[in-house]
Amino acid sequence: MKRMSWFNVTSLTLGFAFLYLPMVVLVIYSFNSSKLVTVWAGFSTKWYGELFQNEAFLDAAWVTIKVAVVSSTFATVLGTMAAYVLVRGGRFMGRTLFSGMIYAPLVMPEVITGLSLLLLFIGIGLDRGVLTIVLAHTTFSMCYVSVVVSSRLVSFDRSLEEAALDLGSTPWEAFRLVTLPIIAPAVISGWLLAFTLSLDDLVIASFTSGPSATTLPIKIFSAVRLGVSPEINALSTIMILIVTVGVVTASLVSKQSAIRAQKDARAAERAD
Amino acid sequence: MSQTVFAPWENPDEKPLIRFQNVTKRFGEFTAIDDLTLDIYAQEFFALLGPSGCGKTTMMRMLAGFETVTEGRIELAGQDIGHVPPNERAVNMMFQSYALFPHLSVWENIAFGLKRDKKSKGEIEARVEEMLKLVRLEKFARRKPHQISGGQRQRVALARSLAKAPKLLLLDEPLGALDKKLRQETQFELMDIQETTGTTFVIVTHDQEEAMTVASRVAVMDEGLIVQVATPAAIYEYPNSVYVADFIGDVNIIEGQVSPSGDGEYALTWNEGQSPIEAASQTVFSEGQKAHLAIRPEKIRISTEKPEDAVNAMQGKVLDIAYLGNLSTYHVELPGGQIIKAQTANTRRLARRDITWEDPVWISWSATAGVMLEQ
Repeated sequence: MKRMSWFNVTSLTLGFAFLYLPMVVLVIYSFNSSKLVTVWAGFSTKWYGELFQNEAFLDAAWVTIKVAVVSSTFATVLGTMAAYVLVRGGRFMGRTLFSGMIYAPLVMPEVITGLSLLLLFIGIGLDRGVLTIVLAHTTFSMCYVSVVVSSRLVSFDRSLEEAALDLGSTPWEAFRLVTLPIIAPAVISGWLLAFTLSLDDLVIASFTSGPSATTLPIKIFSAVRLGVSPEINALSTIMILIVTVGVVTASLVSKQSAIRAQKDARAAERAD
Repeated sequence: MSQTVFAPWENPDEKPLIRFQNVTKRFGEFTAIDDLTLDIYAQEFFALLGPSGCGKTTMMRMLAGFETVTEGRIELAGQDIGHVPPNERAVNMMFQSYALFPHLSVWENIAFGLKRDKKSKGEIEARVEEMLKLVRLEKFARRKPHQISGGQRQRVALARSLAKAPKLLLLDEPLGALDKKLRQETQFELMDIQETTGTTFVIVTHDQEEAMTVASRVAVMDEGLIVQVATPAAIYEYPNSVYVADFIGDVNIIEGQVSPSGDGEYALTWNEGQSPIEAASQTVFSEGQKAHLAIRPEKIRISTEKPEDAVNAMQGKVLDIAYLGNLSTYHVELPGGQIIKAQTANTRRLARRDITWEDPVWISWSATAGVMLEQ
């Protein structure tokens, strides 16, 4: 292996330090036995134990996961449908307008999205709770799903669908049996994206949550305003762990499928 | 013993399987198919031949149901299929890209259409096995499309489109992705399969050799119109226009003015200072009419001495020789500057050494060697 120049080593170190030093500090202090966050008093896992005794945090975590799963599922269904129509629908009246409108929430400030949703919910008299957070998260994450899925659909060979129709499937069967299995990786990554977006959203959730339901980011944010506690560090460490495991798994899976595809291609060459 | 020749198009009582009746297809301002009428008969191997953009693919897609007809009607076995969706037509298509489902195995790909028909499991299995045997892919049934070679994929696509025993099979440039050798083998395989299954095949191609090899009849298309429909031999020997003569194979076109010189005989004045060309023609030309004489290069003899018996003979100079292995094509420049191509078969191992570049040579042909065309 080639040795790296001192310049590359320095820039790598600086870059990674910039990215990860804050998190490393957080993780280290989560194992601090002292109640004072900034004073190291020895290794301990007691804050993790206490965290799991804390009903309020556990409730918030449960709400967060429920909201993330339900909203990302809704967002995936709606986003995939939108992507399908926009890519496949041909040229219908107002197509450009529609696609522009689908992607607008991507650049819309979250505060505005949250505020407008709040006004809507108040206007129609919907009590703020889990349902309103789910609706709000579905709204803002479906456009992300739509972007991911439509980029896959654009490169999708249209004649595969035509072949399915030609062989006697109804349009719905063609979608279910041919299109969906082939675009599944994009749909799944759209779902994961929506899931993580919902998991760490603070702004929109704070507008649309009510006294009956609080998500973890809101809980952490409000707890931190009263002072950073070691419990929060422990909780954050767990969240970092979950996200890391998720990301690593996803990349391993995609890497493995790439390796398999390569092996298949080589096998096909030999068969020629 | 007299053998019946397969020629249903010559029988006026024969009902066509497909009938295009004054079909027009427009995409916005662009007219892809222009008032086209055509009959295709059962068990034919019919080729739609033309350059890209001539409308041949549009015709095929209208047969499959992927494009609607703007005007006119398309009948399949006597029924108007203009508004029947593709999944309800007894027509299957083999796609240019093969369009094999990448997530399904070879076996499942072939079974796909049968499963849509809600056939029983045993029936599906039997039919898939039969199809695998037909295309000799039994060993590859469990493989995915990306795990087999291009030629094998092509055969899977064929098996899949034949599995439902369609009345009509459409083939969209089916051999375009194969290399030349494999393409030639596959052409014969296609003909065998067409004969065994008795299915009507309509093939779209821009490769005239392919159309000539496989088809019972060829339709030559240009800009949304059918220029000529005939058997490959008739298309080659009796093209009805300069366009067809030029599109199919190699041809010399000599332009001139006609004067009748007897029963079906004409003299073509084509170049000052050269004696007129004698040519026979079934179409009638009037005195002084403009005509094009189309002669295939292989119908022109080339010699160093002036041939004694030839009706048309003229002297020129060898400009170029294209050695193709089995054939040699000589480009002969006439005194008027016109270049005539003459082709000879290299029946002996050593190519004819007596004619070489810059040599003065005689070219000659008979009165019936060429075809006189109005346009």
